[in-house]
Amino acid sequence: MSDTAIRVEGLTKRFGDVKVLHGVDLTVHKGETLAVLGPNGAGKTTAVEILAGLGPRDGGEVSVLGVDPAKAGRAWRARVGVVMQSASDLATLTVAETVRHFAGYYPDPRDPAEVIEAVGLTEHARRRVGKLSGGQRRRVDVALGIIGRPELLFLDEPTTGFDPEARQRFWELIRLLSGEGTTILLTTHYLGEAEALADRVAVIASGVVEAVGTVGELRAAAGDLVEVTWRDGAERTEEPTALVTKLAAHYGGEVPGLNVRRPSLEDVYLAMIKEQN
Amino acid sequence: MPGTVTIGLSRGLMEIRDFSRDIGQVMFTFSFPALLLLMLGGIYDQHLGDGLNLSHVFAASIAASAIVSTSFVNLGGSIAAERDDGTLKRLRTTPMPKVSYFMGKIILVLVISVVELALMLGLAVLLYDMKLPTDAGHWLRLGWLFLLGVTCWSLLGMAASGLARSARSAAIIMSVIYTLLGFVSGVYIVPGSIPPVMADIGAVFPLKWLAQGFRSALLPDLAQAQEATGSWELGRVALVLLGWTVAGLVLCMMTFRWRSARTR
Repeated sequence: MSDTAIRVEGLTKRFGDVKVLHGVDLTVHKGETLAVLGPNGAGKTTAVEILAGLGPRDGGEVSVLGVDPAKAGRAWRARVGVVMQSASDLATLTVAETVRHFAGYYPDPRDPAEVIEAVGLTEHARRRVGKLSGGQRRRVDVALGIIGRPELLFLDEPTTGFDPEARQRFWELIRLLSGEGTTILLTTHYLGEAEALADRVAVIASGVVEAVGTVGELRAAAGDLVEVTWRDGAERTEEPTALVTKLAAHYGGEVPGLNVRRPSLEDVYLAMIKEQN
Repeated sequence: MPGTVTIGLSRGLMEIRDFSRDIGQVMFTFSFPALLLLMLGGIYDQHLGDGLNLSHVFAASIAASAIVSTSFVNLGGSIAAERDDGTLKRLRTTPMPKVSYFMGKIILVLVISVVELALMLGLAVLLYDMKLPTDAGHWLRLGWLFLLGVTCWSLLGMAASGLARSARSAAIIMSVIYTLLGFVSGVYIVPGSIPPVMADIGAVFPLKWLAQGFRSALLPDLAQAQEATGSWELGRVALVLLGWTVAGLVLCMMTFRWRSARTR
């Protein structure tokens, strides 16, 4: 099992009477980037917290880097980086002080200055974290997540609140980490983000994994029907070229208002979510 | 892997830095015991004989309650706040040991308490002609009482922070406990003149014993006459403080949580 970073079988979790995870199955290979997509309340964050050793589960088998996260110790935490959602801590310390301090927790940390540079905060290194904008704060979270040189990195909606430029920069950083061999599991609302970064995508809805695969595989699974619309009609077909040829013959040349559209990942995703509900 | 003590010292440094960045917090925290002494000393300052004034008795008792204020109220409140704002959750994702976190907190309490006591006792000497002890025995006694008091009340503060549902409820609960204990433990009242029922309640909790111990370390022996039993009862002081320290440690282990319902 040396090429498996995360193995999850039948993971369940409830909060009081509310069952949040209904038996999640998931495998993440070493070195891959897996994006977990799903609507709000689907259980993405809950699942990540359990995998990252932040909360207990009710049932199922979980192995992360060969260890059960519910029983994991310091050595395991040193190998795992975690960026969770929304914290408002660390307000009075500067970016540089914070990153340097956290570096001291790890046996083989990255260079704090390099990490600050990598997340694009060098010019804000001497500012207090509490004085940063929401997007800048988020980059501090990312910096603290990677300072320990983790083998496995969890990112829970890491780019929420980023402007397009910051998001592009963040994507470059993730590709860099991935290129160094870091295994990455990220949750996101942005399908473009999943498409841009992930080797594979897992769609979670209502507490179960609906589908896992590459973006191409997901498309195929949803039926690779292409939507052809024109002035007088619309049709979904697996053979759009044949249909367009037929239409051209029918109209004797140019087809009025012709539009041929392949489903985006978003269409596939929305269709899956709708099916589930 | 960096050692628990190394990380604990680093946390302590960070706690001090964090504390020092809020000027209002620094000024009010440091001056609180001195201000209390000004109030109580301004109201009651009878001469008790041989260079001993009532204000000196208050100064010694306030020194004990200042420790409760920094370790129980401030430390407990800060842990509850850090549970609510996500600090603890973030630390949970790192290999930082839990003990290092507590070490950092206690280092901050020690630093604040030393400064507070120095300021307050300095004021007592300058304004109320208090004579501090000149022999090593009394200072040694003050030293172990100080360390035991800080440890005991810090553990109780940590335990209380785990019992409170939120930082807001923790702050008010601890302030109420602290203030009421101040009365029944004979901090704001001459120790020997507390009604028996109140004194019995006070005798259950460790503030009364810490204050009594501090009086024994900072006051001349003739002040023993002010005590309910007419004696310092140092053995009992040590016993009660140790008992509560153990209870605090157990409670702390049982109630400590990395996260609150609000940061779920």
